[in-house]
Amino acid sequence: MKILIRGGRVIDPASGRDEIGDVFISDGRISSAKEKAERTIDAKGLVVAPGLIDLSARLREPGYEYKATLESEMDAAVAGGVTSLACPPDTDPPLDEPGLVDMLRRRAKVLARARVYPVGALTVKLAGERLTEMAELAEAGCVAFSQANAPLADTQLLWRAMQYAGTFGFPVWLRAEDRWLAHGGVAHDGEVATRLGLPGIPSFAETIALGTVLQLVRATGTRVHICRLSTAVGAEMVRAAKKEGLPVSCDVGIHHVHLSELDLGYYDAHCRLEPPLRSQRDREALAAGLADGTIDCAVSDHTPVDEDQKQMPFAEAEPGATGLELLLPLVLKWGAERKLPLAKTLARVTSDPARILGVQTGRIEPGAPADLAVFDPGQHWRIVPEALKSQGKNTPFLGYELTGRVRTTIVAGNVVYEQA
Amino acid sequence: MPGNPQLNANGELQHLLSTEGLPREILVQILDTAESFAGVTEREVKKVPLMRGKSVFNLFFEPSTRTRTTFEIAAKRLSADVINLNVAASSQSKGESLLDTVANLSAMQADVFVVRHGSSGAPYLIARHVKPHEHVINAGDGRHAHPTQGLLDLYTIRHYKKDFAQLTVAIVGDVLHSRVARSLIHGLTSLGVPEVRVIGPQTLLPAGVEALGVRVFHDMRAGLKDCDVVVMLRLQNERMDGALLPSAQEFFKHYGLTADKLALARPDAIVMHPGPMNRGVEIDSPVADGPHSVILPQVTFGIAVRMAVMSIVAGN
Repeated sequence: MKILIRGGRVIDPASGRDEIGDVFISDGRISSAKEKAERTIDAKGLVVAPGLIDLSARLREPGYEYKATLESEMDAAVAGGVTSLACPPDTDPPLDEPGLVDMLRRRAKVLARARVYPVGALTVKLAGERLTEMAELAEAGCVAFSQANAPLADTQLLWRAMQYAGTFGFPVWLRAEDRWLAHGGVAHDGEVATRLGLPGIPSFAETIALGTVLQLVRATGTRVHICRLSTAVGAEMVRAAKKEGLPVSCDVGIHHVHLSELDLGYYDAHCRLEPPLRSQRDREALAAGLADGTIDCAVSDHTPVDEDQKQMPFAEAEPGATGLELLLPLVLKWGAERKLPLAKTLARVTSDPARILGVQTGRIEPGAPADLAVFDPGQHWRIVPEALKSQGKNTPFLGYELTGRVRTTIVAGNVVYEQA
Repeated sequence: MPGNPQLNANGELQHLLSTEGLPREILVQILDTAESFAGVTEREVKKVPLMRGKSVFNLFFEPSTRTRTTFEIAAKRLSADVINLNVAASSQSKGESLLDTVANLSAMQADVFVVRHGSSGAPYLIARHVKPHEHVINAGDGRHAHPTQGLLDLYTIRHYKKDFAQLTVAIVGDVLHSRVARSLIHGLTSLGVPEVRVIGPQTLLPAGVEALGVRVFHDMRAGLKDCDVVVMLRLQNERMDGALLPSAQEFFKHYGLTADKLALARPDAIVMHPGPMNRGVEIDSPVADGPHSVILPQVTFGIAVRMAVMSIVAGN
C-alpha cells in the first residue's frame, strides 16, 4: 500500500532532520517518489518519527501466559509506538533451544505487529552451567545472548561464554550484578532500605560485576551490551571504558531515569524492580549519562506481572513493571526535563538501539523500512489500568498524568495501530 | 508519597504500624493511657469493659508465643473476644494469599487485627485492604518495626527516668535485623532524647543507620560511657556463626553486657532487653538478674501498653 503522511513534524534522529514535511511510503519502505497515495494520513500538529526500538520487553511467552500473551503485549507495543523489540530469554522454558525461538518468531510474525528480536540464553536453562548452542540459536533468529536477570556467578564460565560468542561475532548482553552480593536483597542498600527494614543490594554489587565484565571484554574483545545500568559509579565506569575504546554499549531502564529509592514510599510493590531503584544521586547520573551518550539507549524493561503477584509484601512481590506503552511519554518527559531537542531525545529509543541491534530501521530516509510512529507530543493522558493494552497493569506511574500519545503506528508500511 | 497510612482523616490513630511518623502527641497519649491501665493489672478484678463485644484477631504468620500471649492478655483485660490464629500452620501453607486470608477473617467480623509477619511491610498491605472500621496493629514485621515493643520500651524508660530530654540511650547488638531497635530509635528521637547510640560490629549495623538520628559505636566500652539506658538486643541463633559473626563467644567478649562494662554507664543506669534473652551471648546472667535490670517490669508494662494501643485504635 502507498501511504502519504502529510504535514507532520518529521523527525529523523539519525540525520538530525526536524522539519514540517510529508513522508511517503511505498512497498513497505520510505520512498522519495511522489506517486498517487492510496491512503493519506493527516499529521498536522503531530510528530512523525521512526518507530521506537525497545531492547528489553518481556512478552511472557512461552510459559507465563497467565501474566500476558503475545497478542496482548504486541498490542501494547504498537499502541506505545514500539515497532521493534528485543525480548530477553527468561521465558519458561528459557529461550535456549532453536525450536522455541523459531516458534516465538513465527507466532510474532503471524500477529504482524511489531518486529520481534529474540535474545537467546547464554547458558542452558539460564542455569549458568553449560553454554547453549549459540550458532544454532543465531540461525533460528537470536540477535544476541544473555543471562537476563540471572547473572553468572561463575567467572570462568562467563569468560568462556564471552570467548565462544566472540568467536562467531555474537554480542553478549549482560546485566552487571554480583550474584553473591545481590543475594537476598530487594532494595538499594541505603537509607530507605534501612528504614523500611528491607534487605539491601549494595551499589558495588553492580560495579564489581561491571569491573569483571569490562576486564573480560579487554581479554576477549567480545562486543558486550550492558543492560539496565543502575548506579552513578557504573555510569562513570562505562564512560571510561568507551573512552578507552572497548566495544561496549549500555542501556538504562526508563523507570530508573525517573524514580529513586524514595519512591518506595510505604512499600509500593510497583517499585520493586530489578535492578533496584537507587539513590537520587544515581538517578541523576543515569539521566545525565543518557543525555551525554554514555548510556546509549533507554528501554522499557517491560515486565507484565499479574495483580496477585504484586499484592504481596514488598520483598515477596514479583519484580518488574509494565512499560511498552509508557516508554514514549517517559522518554519525552526525560528529554523535556533536560531541555534536549526532540531529535536527540528520540534518538535514545530509535536510531541508537537500531545501531546496537544492527538493523536498518530507526530512521526516516528513502529506502529504509517504513516503521513509523506518529504521535501527539502534547496530548496528556492519565495512566489508569483501562488505558493500557498490556495485560500487566503494574506500573509505579499508575494515576500519574503523562504527556505524549501515539496516534498511528506503522510497521513495514502497514498501519498496525490507530488510536481509537 | 501518600499520607501517613496510620492516621485517619482527623489525624487520629487508625492503625499502629510503626513508631516512625507518629506525632509526638500520639506517642504521649499512648504512654499516658498505658499509665492509667497499669493500675488495672494490679487489681483483683483485672478487667475494664472498654472493648466489650469487640473481636481481636491475633494473626501470626510467624510463630511467637510471648508477644501473642501479651496481646491476648491485654485484649481480655479490655473485655474483648480474642481469636488466635496461627496462620503459619494453616491457610498459608495451603497456598492462600495473604489478602485472601485477611478477607476471610474480615468476613468473620473482626475489629482489630494484630499482625505478625516475616516480611517487612506486610501490615501496611493489610491496612490498605481492611474495611474502614477495622484496625491493624503491627506485632512485628520482618526487620522493619515492632511498635508495641518500642512503645513499652519508651514506657519503661519514662517510668524510671522521667525526662527524655536529658537522656543518653545505647542500643547494643544486632541492629541490622532488629525491628525492636528501629521502633525504639524512632520513638526516642520523636520524644526528644538528645543522644541515641547504636553499638555493634559493622556486620550487624544497617547501611546509613546514622540517618535514623543515631551515633554509631563499634567499641562497646566507649559507647556505654555515661549512658542512662542500655538496651540489649537479642542475637538470633542463625546469626551466631557465619558471614556476620565468627562465634557467640567472640560476640559475647566484645558486645555482651557484663558488670564491668556496665560500670562505664551512669551509676543509676537501667538495663533493658526485649526478650527472650540469650544469657552468656548478649547479656551476662548477673547483669540480667542484677539491680540495674528492668527486664521483667518491661513485660508487665507491655500489657498496659498493648491495652492502651488497642483501646485507642478501637475508639477511633
